[in-house]
Amino acid sequence: MLENLLGTPYETAAIILFGIGFTSLMLQKNMVKKIIGFNMMDSAIYLFLAAKGYIEGRKAPIVVNGVTSVEAYINPIPSGLVLTGIVVSVSVTSLMLALTVRLYRRYHTLDIDEITALSRKEEY
Amino acid sequence: MEFFWQNLPFFCILLCIASASFTLIMSRRAAQATCLTVISAVIAMSVLLIARVSAFGGSYTFSMGHFPAPWGNEIRVGLLEAVMALGLSLIMLFSLLGGLDRIGEHVFADKHNLYFITFELLLAALLAQVYTNDLFTAYVFVEIMTLTACVLIVARSKGRTLVAATRYMIMNLMGSGLFLLGLCFLYDLTGHLLMGNIHEKVAQVASDAAYGRVLTVTVALMSLGLAIKSALFPFHTWLPDAYGYSTPTSSAALSSLVSKGYIFLLIKLFYRVIGMDVINQIRINDVLFVFGLVGTIMGSLSAIREKDIRRMVSFSSVAQIGYIYMGIGMGSEAGMVAAVFHIFVHGAAKSMLFLSTSGLVQVSGESKHFRDLRGSGFRNPLAGVAFTVGSFSMVGIPFLGGFISKVYFAKAAMMLNPTRTVIVLLVLAASTLLNTVYFLKTVITLYRNDSADAPKHRAAPVFALSMLCMVAANLALGVFSQPIIEAIRAGLRMFA
Repeated sequence: MLENLLGTPYETAAIILFGIGFTSLMLQKNMVKKIIGFNMMDSAIYLFLAAKGYIEGRKAPIVVNGVTSVEAYINPIPSGLVLTGIVVSVSVTSLMLALTVRLYRRYHTLDIDEITALSRKEEY
Repeated sequence: MEFFWQNLPFFCILLCIASASFTLIMSRRAAQATCLTVISAVIAMSVLLIARVSAFGGSYTFSMGHFPAPWGNEIRVGLLEAVMALGLSLIMLFSLLGGLDRIGEHVFADKHNLYFITFELLLAALLAQVYTNDLFTAYVFVEIMTLTACVLIVARSKGRTLVAATRYMIMNLMGSGLFLLGLCFLYDLTGHLLMGNIHEKVAQVASDAAYGRVLTVTVALMSLGLAIKSALFPFHTWLPDAYGYSTPTSSAALSSLVSKGYIFLLIKLFYRVIGMDVINQIRINDVLFVFGLVGTIMGSLSAIREKDIRRMVSFSSVAQIGYIYMGIGMGSEAGMVAAVFHIFVHGAAKSMLFLSTSGLVQVSGESKHFRDLRGSGFRNPLAGVAFTVGSFSMVGIPFLGGFISKVYFAKAAMMLNPTRTVIVLLVLAASTLLNTVYFLKTVITLYRNDSADAPKHRAAPVFALSMLCMVAANLALGVFSQPIIEAIRAGLRMFA
């Protein structure tokens, strides 16, 4: 068990980071910290994918000097997935930040529990 | 001509995305017309597709950009996908029509065309999730759907919707994170992203003891992610606020389109990616079964306690989603057929309930409280009738969709082992009773006779049209259920 964990340090680190990000997204009260948690969680997944796609001793899959042999390059698909994933998480982050700005302008706090309580009072 | 037929589902998706980018520079009226035209075009194309697929009698896949199977991106069409696309786009059209006048009130005037863009993108995301044969594409469109849903909530700009949208995003991001992690594990295990290829590999991996646990964790992560996103019982905390305060069209779209898209993806995951025999072997469906049962009861109990009609209707969604997960969790074909049929029934009834509620609230001084809604069924007769029909369908009165889906759930339960049969039947009975309590209580409140001679509100023509169509849809689901059930069954067989 331990050998497996130590043998794959990047994957292990990625899962630990995912856990940290996930719990901050869930448990932090401060909106900005939540967003940081979300980014940490997504980056952890990208680390996991990049680690899985890397093959020791090979190069990035860009053809130079006419070398087209498959053996020369790493697996390009996980890198492609990471790129797509980054686009998704950037757009989600921007939307979350926009929401946070609007919440702060309205309630002058970043604490989600406080904001919820204030919004309930406002309506009833 | 063959080119046109093969690319039909792709054209549906492309049309939505392309029109969304053009709608940006349009005026409000043009944007509205474009949006309605696009949805109608998708409906027409889905009908053609159903005709084509049933004449052909099978499903087909085609590769995008002519890249061969393990590398390219694929779209797959079978009977179930086509029926699902038709149902969802019909519900979307009626919800949009029914809420048009309220969109004018609730959304800032200079942002109307943006609201219609959101709908076009939502339809694109739904169709892509229904048709795609590639898991990562499905993930990307899951995220697009999350973003559009958030915009739909926050389109009505006030404090409660802002907070609701934020809470919605937080829960949904957790769900997508888990789904993405599960997806990466699955890619790592099988080395493929196309559903068919993963399915072949999973069949090999599942028989290998060393990978059994990893596979269980993977499937659990992905199912949990989608369960959070579709508001299965313990993860429903974001739901009542998100559905309860946004503009009625948004609530209708969120409850009957967005959550259904995720559930359909989960069904695809179970059937097309992992395979039902493996799912039954690692017993993920038992977990969903239990949560579904508990959700059915708890959702109804919360609905009974509500004093706010919109929030009551929202909590009833939790109970209905519990039914759908109960059907999926049975792990049998009969259970799945009942669950898919209930997706349509709940979609048709819940969108109608949200829209008619808005009509009732409109004639009660914009108050959603039961005490102010007394007699509102007389003041806005059409909305009153629509609400009554929707309630009756959810309770399960014969000749309406809800009755048929309850019958099929009960039939599916009969084929399970005796303990489960008893549990399902008891839960069905209890939840029907609870549904009756809160829905009939509301209907009686609407027709409390203290303002029978009050001035009658004249409903807007589009609202009237949408309500009539929705009542007809609910009746059709109840009376002509047989062909729909047959289509779902045939579609599920093509799935495996």
